[in-house]
Amino acid sequence: MLLYILKRLLYVTPVAFGVSVVCFALVHLAPGDPLSAVLPADATQATIDEMRAAYGFDKPLPVQYAIWLWHVLQGDLGTSIATGRPVLGEVARAVVNSLILASVATLIGFTFGTLFGFVAGYHRNSILDRAASALSVFGVSVPHYWLGMVLVIIFSATLGWLPPTGAGPDGSGNWRPDFEHLRYIILPAITMSVIPTGIIARTVRALVADILAQDFVEALRAKGMNEWGVFKHVVRNAAPTALAIMGLQLGYLLGGSILIETVFAWPGTGFLLNAAIFQRDLPLLQGSILVLAMFFVGLNLIVDVMQTALDPRIERA
Amino acid sequence: MTDTQAVVLKDLKVGFGKVQVVDGVDLTLERGQAMALIGESGSGKSVTLRAILRLFPEGRSRITGTVAVSGRDVLGLSKRELADYRGREVSMIFQEPLLAFDPVYTVGQQITEAILRHEKVSKAEARARALALFERVRIPSPERRLDNFPHEMSGGMRQRAMIALALACRPQVLLADEPTTALDATVQIQILLLLRELQRDLGLSIILVTHDLGAAVEVADRISVMYAGHIVETGSARQIVRDPHHPYTIGLLRSRAEGAMDKGARLQTIPGSPPDLTNRPAGCPFAPRCFLAEERCRRERPPLGAVGDGHQAACWRAEEAAAAFRAGQARELACA
Repeated sequence: MLLYILKRLLYVTPVAFGVSVVCFALVHLAPGDPLSAVLPADATQATIDEMRAAYGFDKPLPVQYAIWLWHVLQGDLGTSIATGRPVLGEVARAVVNSLILASVATLIGFTFGTLFGFVAGYHRNSILDRAASALSVFGVSVPHYWLGMVLVIIFSATLGWLPPTGAGPDGSGNWRPDFEHLRYIILPAITMSVIPTGIIARTVRALVADILAQDFVEALRAKGMNEWGVFKHVVRNAAPTALAIMGLQLGYLLGGSILIETVFAWPGTGFLLNAAIFQRDLPLLQGSILVLAMFFVGLNLIVDVMQTALDPRIERA
Repeated sequence: MTDTQAVVLKDLKVGFGKVQVVDGVDLTLERGQAMALIGESGSGKSVTLRAILRLFPEGRSRITGTVAVSGRDVLGLSKRELADYRGREVSMIFQEPLLAFDPVYTVGQQITEAILRHEKVSKAEARARALALFERVRIPSPERRLDNFPHEMSGGMRQRAMIALALACRPQVLLADEPTTALDATVQIQILLLLRELQRDLGLSIILVTHDLGAAVEVADRISVMYAGHIVETGSARQIVRDPHHPYTIGLLRSRAEGAMDKGARLQTIPGSPPDLTNRPAGCPFAPRCFLAEERCRRERPPLGAVGDGHQAACWRAEEAAAAFRAGQARELACA
């Protein structure tokens, strides 16, 4: 098992390198000069050149990449052009906030998704199944920023139960697990959980239906296992796939929540990316994309390892 | 029902939706006896077997008639009683052992699970029992094999493990659903011999479902031939193979490959295909394919009638069929 993990870690290295190249290249391929956003319109050519030199934009791209990578490997993601603060700190704070939001959303999505999925899979073609399926189709298809706004209108504007935006009452953007902050996370987390709920429910339904149709379920009944005993086998067989889907959903939520974080002004990576793009804040953009991509790679690694631990048929090292 | 009868089926009918798959089966299995149920695909033999364990989804099947095991009315059991009865009094081995084991648990875990389900013993005792069972079915290096996952075993070994699992709670009756169909020819005979040995040593009553007459003769004392949800002939293994009285049994015997192999002759087949079970014809279900069918066969369904000592056939022209078979045998002998 340990050998398998080491092997998987080794595989990750070229992927990580590729990710860094793509991150760097993507940003530089985009049109527009990053400095034009921060410099006054009437800045002299001398000032522009000086700034370009200061940020290293005057060197050839491969050299810029090498320098950037060298700094990245030392944990230095550069300085944000817009705020002048280190990118790493900005990204780290945003990642923590996004991670909190994404985890809560995934937890909600996984709980309800597996619940609906199991109910639907066990009672195929019943009314329960149809209801659960309809709900999951709704979850996958409804535009979540729209749902977010609707929830805000209902629960904040009309009922006044929950705050509409932000991560906490002080507006500092540091979320803490206490009651006051919890109220702020409810609406964005629910909005965000709708898609994973639908996807997980549909996957688990198909999975459970498939497992229940297999011969070994009949064999379990033939040796006298009751429904609870059979259920435990079904769960154990469904777990590897369900966990893999959950892990991937968590990954998507970490990077793909720009709209929701913007709607709710949640100070996470999506919000940060949004700001970085509009301000053409290259170091910040690069840094956040890189960190997010690496998160995805790491998450896939963890999911793979967990799957291997749960399903003996996946070959070990 | 007497004490010597392990399984008694009376007028058993099993239907799914509009299809009546088993249409009135009577069958008696004596204690310590092995019976083979043979027939082609869709004849209802596997469904008959599963009816003894009531292994059907509750809402989607109809079972009527009598299923009695050791004098107990199986169809009247409650859900809980049924679960206690399955695996403890009657257990089953399946056609494809790779699919009949849960792939994510070791074989040993699945056997101890069955023991712990039915008996109040410690985990260590259950494992010791599983080990003894593995030795009993002659799995080499049993201690190590207990910790194998099903996919880590060979087909023959898996079926041995399946038999060990079926015997885990010392059942009286063992049901075997085509236990050798998925195996290599050389392994098939070992499994059949093992079943026979276990049956004799443990006094098991066995019902073996197969479409392989050779396997049936190898293991069974008695053979019942099924066609379209009915038993069409039943008798001792010798009576069925040497002196068949039903045209369908004769067709099965003639369509065996062995006879045709050496002579370069064409393999004999039974013309036509089994009837549509949603729309049964009146009369004998085999009549459209039968070489002896006459007007009466198409009108009235023949009941099982005695044609010898413990030998019954459901055919209006059983004697003509038997005579035709004997004449065919004589001709073959003359040719050879």
